[in-house]
This record gives sequence, structure tokens and C-alpha cells, in this order.
Amino acid sequence: MPTFDLAVTTVRDVNLALHQLTPDTNQTAWQIENPQGKHAIGVGINVPVELEINGHVGYYCAGMNKHASIRIHGNAGTGVAENMMSGTVHVMGDASQSAGATGCGGLLIIDGDASARCGISMKGIDILVKGSIGSMSAFMAQAGNLVVFGDAGDALGDSIYEATIFVRGKVKSLGADCIEKPMTPEDRERLSELLGRAGMEGAAEIDDFRMYGSARELYHFHVDNIANY
Amino acid sequence: MCGIVGLFLKNKTLEPALGEMLSKMLVTMSARGPDSAGMAIYGASHGDKVKLTLRAEDVTSIDDLVAELSAVLTAPLDVSVRANHFVVAIVRDDEAAALRWLKIHKSELQLVSVGSNMEIYKDVGLPAHVVSEFGLSTMSGSHGIGHTRMATESAITIDGAHPFSTGQDQCLVHNGSLSNHNSIRRNLVREGMTFSTQNDSEVAAGYLTWRMSKGDSLKQSLTSSLDDLDGFFTFVVGTRTGFAVLRDPIACKPAIMAESDDYVAFGSEYRALSVLPAIEKARVFEPEPATVYAWERS
Repeated sequence: MPTFDLAVTTVRDVNLALHQLTPDTNQTAWQIENPQGKHAIGVGINVPVELEINGHVGYYCAGMNKHASIRIHGNAGTGVAENMMSGTVHVMGDASQSAGATGCGGLLIIDGDASARCGISMKGIDILVKGSIGSMSAFMAQAGNLVVFGDAGDALGDSIYEATIFVRGKVKSLGADCIEKPMTPEDRERLSELLGRAGMEGAAEIDDFRMYGSARELYHFHVDNIANY
Repeated sequence: MCGIVGLFLKNKTLEPALGEMLSKMLVTMSARGPDSAGMAIYGASHGDKVKLTLRAEDVTSIDDLVAELSAVLTAPLDVSVRANHFVVAIVRDDEAAALRWLKIHKSELQLVSVGSNMEIYKDVGLPAHVVSEFGLSTMSGSHGIGHTRMATESAITIDGAHPFSTGQDQCLVHNGSLSNHNSIRRNLVREGMTFSTQNDSEVAAGYLTWRMSKGDSLKQSLTSSLDDLDGFFTFVVGTRTGFAVLRDPIACKPAIMAESDDYVAFGSEYRALSVLPAIEKARVFEPEPATVYAWERS
């Protein structure tokens, strides 16, 4: 398995090597040692390879990921899997702020906690957090699913569009225009499928989750407000 | 942007290596703050004496200064020089007279800090340069705080460099910006406090000093700052025996901490902690917004 040691190689060289891979490459398993909290590791990968990162990473790890399956054996700094398009990113420790921000697709799994603004402006990514999430998570989230096994902080789903939030624990407070909604059979099916995709089938009862989404009163023009314009 | 590092040792056997560890942490934060750097070190006390850390533009005249100052004092003083900073240790009874004499006769000197244990060193330039200029890696102590500054609100000067000290053995470093510092400063001036810069971070330091002078603990003073200070901040604060961290309720500015049986460490980024011994065995966590984290030495 090709291995990069970030104690001796620069992040720039590692990312360059990963960017030069073609979709039909035979080298599909990669490993990075000694990340030491460095930023922008494994950003912009565009091929279906598997990448194991052994240690804590800094900001924006696995950003813009397309096709790759990336596993971080440690904590991740701000903006892990930011703007991911497809593939899987698995953080085995905690994630800092803005995990999965603006993600368009793919699956982000966080084994520990995620801090503030998890899934901010998500646009189709699925995020599963086994711990808890911080305040202002799913702010202006547009599409995709955020599943939380633990608790959610203040102002969950503030100004949310059409993303869906499932929380098993307590929600400290809901943000503007975010409401709890009854789960339809389709919602239950979607959650169940997502748990299966994250390897968490049977780890939790669907009935233990509560679902939150947009009341759709903030982003639709309301004729009663005409005098305000 | 700015970078903050802090290290509070629980294991006394690590104390000789405090400066070395803090130096490495500070240099990793160069990209966050290449304009100036500073550090507060809580080292050994000089018996019952109080240490005045002073900065001189021209250090060649220090011998003259020591001779002149000695004539004003009732007891002998000790002096040690590190680049353009020097530390004068005097007996407590001489403190008021020495400060008055310095203010009147040596107004070109800047008083950086006063305390029985704390010494503060700061200068403009890259953190690696500032660290080697003062020989930070050779210093020992129980805890220390460092700051690398990217000047955004005011000029690149030593006046703008952190840490700020507004009370004996008290210091504060700040990443962020306060929006109501002028009104807070006015209130504190009415309370009798003095400030030496127009910097917002000095106001935060002064606010905590004022609260503690009214009997608050370090933790209580930080808790009340959540009600009174408006803006973005991550603070790391030191006192003679204490070390504390606070982030504003929005938590815009980054923070990561590590705690083990040996130490408590703070960094703006994990990179700053990655250089610490046995970091892989420490509990690494992100401090929650609007939550005071405080440690006291027994």
C-alpha cells in the first residue's frame, strides 16, 4: 500500500500525487502517516480510491471529495469534507466546526461529536454523527439528511430549506423556521436506508429519532408582508 | 486571525521544559500571526521580591539605570536582561517608590508587567525570531501563555502585541475583536483603572483585573465577562496560580485543548498541540462556546 509520511513529505506533494491518479488506477489503497493537524489533507480527490489517514488532521480535510472513501483515524479540524460531491468520509474521533459544510453529495460519518455549525448550508450530503452536535447546526441547510445519535445544541436548523434533520437525543433549541415534523413512512425508509449505508443498521430504533425540517414560512413570499417591502 | 497557545503543567518534573514546549507551540502558529509575538511565563519567584519586566529601546544604558534606581531603593535589586527586555526584582516595600521613579525619570521605558512570578516578553517580527531573541526555550516555569498576532485593527507595534497585563501576575491573550471596548474602557477608567493602549484586548484584561479586585475568582470574572463584553473572542488568561479559557457564545474563533495527567494545553489549532510530549495519550477536546474552563494550582 503506498504510504505518505507527512513528517517528511509536504501536503502539497501528497495532494498532487492523489490528483494525478486516473479513474482506472490499480493503486486504490493509500495511507497517510503523521498528519499532525496539518490543513487541507486529501482535498479534491476525484477517483474511487481508499485513503486511510492515521492521526488528527487540521482544517478542510477531504474537502470537495468525489468518489473516494477516506477514513480519518483521529479528530478533524474545521470544515472536514467541506463541499463533498460523492464518496464517503469517516472521522473516527471528533470533528470541529462546519463539518460537511455546503456538501452536495456523499456520506460523512463522525464517530464522536461534531461542534458548531455541522452541516451548515448542506446541499445534498448525508451526515451521520454518533455523538452530539454543537449550536447552529444545519444553518440554511438546503438538501440532504443530518442524523444525530446524541444531542443538538442551540438554534438547530435555523433558516433551513429542504434538508431533513433526525435527532435521537435532546435538542437545546430550534432556530428560526425549523419545526418538528411527523415522520412519514418514506421518511422512516430514508432514515433506515441511511443507517444501513453507514453500517449502523439496528444500532438505534427508528422510533427513537425525532424529525425536524422547515416550516417554509421564512423563504416563501407571504402576501401579508407586502407592506414591508 | 492570530494564534494562541497556552500550557499549564500539572507534573512538576516538566517545569524545566516549559519554555521549550511553549516555543515549539508558538512557532507552529506563525501562519496565524506573523506580525508580532509575545509570551508570559510564570517562573520561580524571587523570594518575597516583586519582578518588574521593563522594555528599553536602548539597552546599553541599563547599567546606568540600575545604579540610579538603586539609589532610590531601600534594599538591593537584582536585574536580568533578555534582549530589549529586562527584569528588575525589588522588595515589596520599594515597589511604589520604584514605579513612581520610573514613571517620572524613565518615561522612555515601558513597564510590561509586574508580578511575583510572571514575566512578559513581546516584540514585532516572526514568532521564531521573537522566541530566539528572548531565549524562550531556556525558560522554566509552571505555566505560560503565548500569542502570535496578525494585525487587523491597528498597526504592527509592540503596543499591539499580546499578552496584555493589567494586574500583578495577571495576563490575557485574545483572538478576535471586541465591539464595546470603548464604553467598557470609559467605565473602568471611572473605576480608577489606567490603560496604556487603545487596544480592545487590553480592555478585556482590565475588565478581568477589575472584577478580581472586587473579589471575583478568575472563573467568576470570566463568567461575568460573558454578560459585559460584546464581540468575538477566545481568551486565554493566566494568574499566579490559575489558567483559564473562554470562547464567546458564537465561538467564531478556533480553539482546541488537550488535558492529561501531565498538563493542560491550549492551541488555536491542533498543530500547536501536536508538538507536545505524549499528546497521543491526552484527551483532546474543543472547548464549548460561552463556557469557562479554569484550572488552579494547588
